[in-house]
This record gives sequence, structure tokens and C-alpha cells, in this order.
Amino acid sequence: MTTTVAVADGIFEIRDGKPVLLGTRCTNCDNHMYPRQTGCPRCLFNEQEDVELATEGTLWTWTVQAFPPKSPPYLGPVGDDFVPYGVGYVELPGQLRVEGRLTISDPDQLQIGMPMELVLDPLTVDEDGNQVVTYAFAPKNENGDPS
Amino acid sequence: MSDVAIVGIGMHEFGRHDGISGMDQGVTAVRRALADCGQQWSAMEFAVGGSMDGGAADTMVSRIGLTGLPFTNVVNGCATGGTALAQAVNTIQSGAGDLGIAIGFDKHEKGAFRIRGPRGKDWYGGSGLALTTQFFGMKINRYMHQYGITQPTLAKVGAKAFRNGALNPMAWRRKPLSEQEVAESLMLSYPLTQYMFCSPGEGGVAMVLCRADKAKEYTDRPIYLKAAAVRTRKFGSFEVLAPSIAIEHDPGPTAAASKAAFEMAGIGPEDVDVAQLQDTEAGAEIMHMAENGFCEHGEQEQMLANGETEINGRLPVNTDGGCLANGEPIGASGLRQVYENVLQLRGDAGERQVPNDPKVAYTHVYGAPGISGVTILSR
Repeated sequence: MTTTVAVADGIFEIRDGKPVLLGTRCTNCDNHMYPRQTGCPRCLFNEQEDVELATEGTLWTWTVQAFPPKSPPYLGPVGDDFVPYGVGYVELPGQLRVEGRLTISDPDQLQIGMPMELVLDPLTVDEDGNQVVTYAFAPKNENGDPS
Repeated sequence: MSDVAIVGIGMHEFGRHDGISGMDQGVTAVRRALADCGQQWSAMEFAVGGSMDGGAADTMVSRIGLTGLPFTNVVNGCATGGTALAQAVNTIQSGAGDLGIAIGFDKHEKGAFRIRGPRGKDWYGGSGLALTTQFFGMKINRYMHQYGITQPTLAKVGAKAFRNGALNPMAWRRKPLSEQEVAESLMLSYPLTQYMFCSPGEGGVAMVLCRADKAKEYTDRPIYLKAAAVRTRKFGSFEVLAPSIAIEHDPGPTAAASKAAFEMAGIGPEDVDVAQLQDTEAGAEIMHMAENGFCEHGEQEQMLANGETEINGRLPVNTDGGCLANGEPIGASGLRQVYENVLQLRGDAGERQVPNDPKVAYTHVYGAPGISGVTILSR
């Protein structure tokens, strides 16, 4: 059976088949940071606590990666196997805007302000046969119907 | 601030030059700048130089003269050239030297600017997020949504750049392209196409500066530096290669550098006759028009439709073809803008000369990870 592993430790955790982003909250000014870091660039305070970020938000802006990135560092398929992907910032209410891949790459299906939710996104299979995944944002299906 | 003057300028052609190193191009620029004001290298009391991929600037003294002068290397990303200029200005203002030279040059491979992840194991690059092109697509896409800028306007900026580049013998891309050709070229990062992006390139620029009260000893047409300001990003600014950004909004380092420069010069945007604004891609030029105070957000759509930023328009922008037609050799790019403005203020810009005797000229560079440099020149 294939094991699913995160592209790196400390960025997100996989829980019930979904990613949970690992952030930091400044205990002085409530500023949220991602990925985790020490030191708050907003209030310059240096005491933070680890938090899990919201898993849903709205699309703040987006683009489409239409050509293969250099590999390395890119872990996904390149050359003839390259698949264009969306990239965007999703605003997590009251926290911050997080950059991530989007499961949609058709400009006609992407709109600023649309509700989004976090999902796992497969990148590659590593040398041990594990499925390496990153996180991505997918349009949120309000009715819960299969999309 | 008007106690520093530019008396000599030199440039090595921008583009790709097989067999000519970045350092070679810097040396050529230095020799041309010295010849422009009739000076020898031995007269230089100090030098400030920078390059990202072309080697340590100070090693060029083994070719142009081991005179023992203090030579400072600067590296400051896309603002390297602008920082070299600012340091030369500081040196003169502090009294440490009366006559010196600022140098910027570079040579990048095709598709250079490989980005590594922000930290640790490279989850960012691994996930396909470490591309500066994505930021530019996302910033202008948001801007278009907010302020009603349309895709044909992006194509207008590209076509203008190549039209102006065709008039510039030092430019890399000298073939005019129609708005249609720009719009229909390969889509790289929505909404930006191939010909809306600049490319890493090669080139060199140098300029001789001196105390303003001594300028007439070196040239009968000195250009005075009224302001030089560099600013970095503040909290809430939307910048390149950021895994997250704050919801709180800051207008960014360009607005801050612009405000500081106008205050230093004691003038306003309405006094500027010609401007060179960072156009890493077509959308950047549009956004930077507003961030630098030349219009309100959204007015660009009508300004471009009216041709106001053409060479013969109300506010000519990127008269030498900008980064789009010249490419971006990081170390030289900011100084290229100043070089173009000196030509325009001298009335030496040839076929692309801005009419009506321009008196005040403005430059703006922007780059990763959120840095802007502005200069204001006057006759």
C-alpha cells in the first residue's frame, strides 16, 4: 500500500486525508505568520505560539503556471508530462493570506472572491514508493455534492 | 539636495554578447563614461560598483588602472545599480571625495534567476511556487480586478516598449511588435504573455559624478541629482516569493521611495517631464505609474488609450524601451534608466528625444524581496 508523505516537515500535517497548515501567532499583536517563524515583523515582539490555520477562505488573487518550472527544485512532472496548475493567495479570515497551488488551471473557472478549501495535491513518487504531496486550494463545494 | 552632478555617462550595449564577459561590458562602460567628460581613470577619487553574476566589480582595476583608489563593491538585488549611485552621492556629500564613478554591469544566462526555497527543505520550490513570474501575474491580476485595467492595455505597454526600443541603438530588442503580436504571444503566467515579460540579459553602465559646484570643470552640460532614495518593504506590502502575506495593507516600497524622493527634491509628480519606471513586465509599468504618484489607481486605462505615456505624450514613460526592450542585467538596470534620463535632459536622445526641452526626469527600480530606488534629475 502506498504511503502518503508531506513534501516537507513543519509546513502542514495530514489529518483525515486533508492538510492542516502550521502557522504562528504573535501573542502580543495577534499577527499570524506562515510558515512558522520566530519574531513578529509587525510589532517586533519575539514571543509566538504555534497555531493551526483555517482550512477555508476566499481567493484573493491567482495566476496560472503555464510552463514547466525548473526541476530541481520542482518535484512535479516536467517536459511532455507537465500539467499546468493554478497558483493563488487565499485569504483565511482574520488570519492572513496563504499562497498555494490551485486545483483549477482554467482561467474561466477562477474568480477573485470565490470560496476555497484546502486539499492534498500529489507531486511525485519518491524512491521508497511513497506518494509525495503538497497542499493546494480547491473551489469549495457549498452543497457537499461530489464535484 | 542639488550638491551632486552627473558629468559623464557610458554604456555597453544591452542584449546578449557571446564571448564578452560581464566585466568586459563594465570596463567598456567605464571607458565611455570617462571619455564623455574628458577624464582619465587616474582622476577618479573613488569608485562604487556592483554586479550580481558578473564578478566582484573592484577587480576591474587590474585592467583600467591600479591607482589605489577606494573601490566599494555593492550588491543589492535589482537595486544594485541604484545603490551604487546612492553610495557615490553619499561619498561626495560627506566630503570624502569630489569626483568619482558609479558602475553597474551583469551577464545572466538565459532563464537565469533560479530561486531557492525560503528555508530548510525546499517545499516551496518543490511545490512549484518559486517563480517570480507568478507574483507578477498575481499582482496585476488583482490590480486589474480592483481598478478596471484590461488585457489590451497590457499589450499597449508591450508594444510601446518595443516601438521605443527600435529607436534606441543600445537596446537589445529593436524590432517593433504590434499590440496583437504582444497579446497573442505565448501565455506564460496569466494574464501576462511572453512579450509582456522582460528577460535576464547583459550590459553595463557607468557614470562620473562630482560636487555640483565643480561640474562645469568637466562638462558644459551637467545634470544635477535632486534626489536619490532607496526603501525596503514594510509590514503588509505584497511582495515577490512570499508564502503568505498579511491582510493588513501597505502601499509598498515604491510609494515610500517615491514620496521620500519628491520631498528631497522639493517638487511633485506634476513637475516631471520624462520617467523611467520599472517594467519587469507590462503590468508593473501600469501599477508603478500610480505607485510613483503620476496618476490615481485605474486612470492608466484611459492614459494609455490617449497615448499619454508615448514619447510625444504628456508623461513619456520608458523612452528607451525599458526592461522589456533592454532586458534586465540586474547590476546595470537601474543605471540604464539614469543614463537614458541624462540623454533626454541633454537633448541627446536622438530619434526618441522627448520634445519641448525636458527639465526634470525621474527613475524608479523595483525588485526582490521588496526594494525600490528612485532618482530625480534636473538640468
